[in-house]
Amino acid sequence: MQPFSAHTGMVMPLDRVNVDTDQMVPKQFLKALTREGFGRILFYDWRYLPGEKPNPEFVLNFPRYKGASVLLARANFGCGSSREHAPWGVKDYGFRVIVAPSYADIFYNNCFKNGILPATLLEDQIEELFQRTDKEEGYSLTVNLPNQTIADKHGLMFKFEIAPSRKEVLLKGLDDIGTTLLHEPDITEYEKSHAASATMYDAVDVKYYSNGR
Amino acid sequence: MTPKTLYQKIWDSHVVREETGQPSIIYIDRHLIHEGTSPQAFAGLRAEGRKVRRPDLTFAVMDHSVSTTDRTLPILDNDAKLQFEALEKNCRESGVRLFDMNSKNQGIVHIIGPELGITQPGQTIVCGDSHTSTHGAFGTLAFGIGTSEVEHVLATQCLVQSRSKTLHILVHGKRPKGVTAKDLILAIIGKTGIAGGTGHVAEYGGEAIRSLSMDGRMTVCNMTIEGGARAGMVAPDETTFAYLEGRPFVPRGKAFQEAVERWKLLKSDGSAHFDMKVELQAEQIAPQVTWGTNPGMVTSVTARVPDPHDFKDLNDQKATESALKYMGLKAGTPIVDIPVDRVFIGSCTNSRLDDLRAAAHFVAGKHVAKNIKQALIVPGSRGIKTQAEKEGLDKIFRDAGFEWRDAGCSMCIGMNADVLPPHERSASTSNRNFEGRQGKDSRTHLVSPVMAAAAAIAGHFVDVRSLDDVSSVE
Ligand code: SF4
Repeated sequence: MQPFSAHTGMVMPLDRVNVDTDQMVPKQFLKALTREGFGRILFYDWRYLPGEKPNPEFVLNFPRYKGASVLLARANFGCGSSREHAPWGVKDYGFRVIVAPSYADIFYNNCFKNGILPATLLEDQIEELFQRTDKEEGYSLTVNLPNQTIADKHGLMFKFEIAPSRKEVLLKGLDDIGTTLLHEPDITEYEKSHAASATMYDAVDVKYYSNGR
Repeated sequence: MTPKTLYQKIWDSHVVREETGQPSIIYIDRHLIHEGTSPQAFAGLRAEGRKVRRPDLTFAVMDHSVSTTDRTLPILDNDAKLQFEALEKNCRESGVRLFDMNSKNQGIVHIIGPELGITQPGQTIVCGDSHTSTHGAFGTLAFGIGTSEVEHVLATQCLVQSRSKTLHILVHGKRPKGVTAKDLILAIIGKTGIAGGTGHVAEYGGEAIRSLSMDGRMTVCNMTIEGGARAGMVAPDETTFAYLEGRPFVPRGKAFQEAVERWKLLKSDGSAHFDMKVELQAEQIAPQVTWGTNPGMVTSVTARVPDPHDFKDLNDQKATESALKYMGLKAGTPIVDIPVDRVFIGSCTNSRLDDLRAAAHFVAGKHVAKNIKQALIVPGSRGIKTQAEKEGLDKIFRDAGFEWRDAGCSMCIGMNADVLPPHERSASTSNRNFEGRQGKDSRTHLVSPVMAAAAAIAGHFVDVRSLDDVSSVE
């Protein structure tokens, strides 16, 4: 995974609470077999009119936000379905950072698996950023992960909180699976001592079960 | 010893490795996968040359995109077909059990887990699907994960997790007639809001929960995620053990008795500490109907569609305004005056036998209203479908003008041909009323199975408590 350290980019405001992952990537795009190409369809139903004509009323299509890479959002961002297609879309569109007052748990988790930083600020700090974004065309923020700061070029600076272990994952671009596999002996040990709880009987009507491991 | 919650007990017994200040590695007892969120995980494994560590603890099913009509016909949706083929190939190569669309045990992943006894008390269960919380009804720690985590579990049979906070949700008293498990959970979400449980694992208790059947408990735990908590659980009891006995993957004979003795220990200690507590009185809960575009936008059937100005918070006002616009509703409209176009009884929330029996009992001898364009019954699994047919429920539904379908997710998500058309309004027993959930620009009202059945017969929402026929409804 691509490591994350600091990022400066233009802000796009999404002024809506409880944005769910169905809106980020609607169901018709869940039949893909790869993780690629979801940027084009991010926020599909809001973003496009029939015939895939860009909807001029949706913020993503405002010319002034073209090239934005910081997504400014409201509370409980990413609620609903666990689909990782949502952060794949966010990333593929070009966002590296999300700034919001709160996130739904699964989406928050999924961001870290994809090198996206979901930064959390207080409600009134978020409000301030919405106002500044609205007032200044091309408003941009610099997000510094090691220092846990978000700053603009006018001297505004907010600190944000992040669990140290999450921070490390992003900074190093760690491969989770590889890290867990370093503890393979522990897993094997656990399996040995808990073998009984895994007791299972063979059922009915299944395909492709091999007894051997 | 410090008293522990059920969640803490299950967590503690699954820690593979713990280090202060770091998330723990926890062991996963059952991994459920479906065609929608697994192909990229298998592709990831392949790219790294990794193997599925425990195919014997992994179970696959086709559910999200399967047709609910004749499955012997060719699959016209090519993308869905490629996904089915990918799942089949991945299972064949890795030795993972697969319930494909022709299996007599096929069904929605969260329905067949419990139905086949794959789900058992005290386990950790994950699936690339947020409604994995359903399995918590058996006293398991069960939650939804993203595709990267699916890959992680396939490769390691473990997950890297931090402990959650705990939330105790108590529903006291007796449910009034016509008030179902679905109404309880909708009322809970109405009270806590859709982010109220974020960061928490919920445990349900109180007389109204304890007296629910397993089917009802699953409905409650299923929608836990809609209140923001990733997992919800009910401590196992005699109801749980009776449900499990004799199911295909459950231990038998002496092994079963031993398992029950272990399972009996799975409950929160009397004085265990919860980080948050929510309490409701069942007597005060009426049948619920959602009016907006998330499950927290819900009210009693006796109420009216709210006005944006009813809300203090500016963001709530804006959200309400936009929800009413999307839903094509006017503030102040009585809920019972809202006409319905289509009715969907199905999904992992409400497609089990209890649900179908209650709905069938209500519609027997009646007919769906003229303005109803379609009334669908989609059993959650083929097992449920077969049993319902043995009981003659299919005939009752058909005679009343309902369509009786094969098992799958169907119009809950509209990934197959069962889509709610633009601007049409449904009474749906599913769990999400997000914009576009059942079909682009479609309008979803979440209700219980009896409320959906009653709406089908009347053509609009009705308070089922005012009807005589609901006396026997669970
Ligand atoms: S029935 Fe609906 S909520 Fe349940 S697993 Fe299927 S799509 Fe998801």
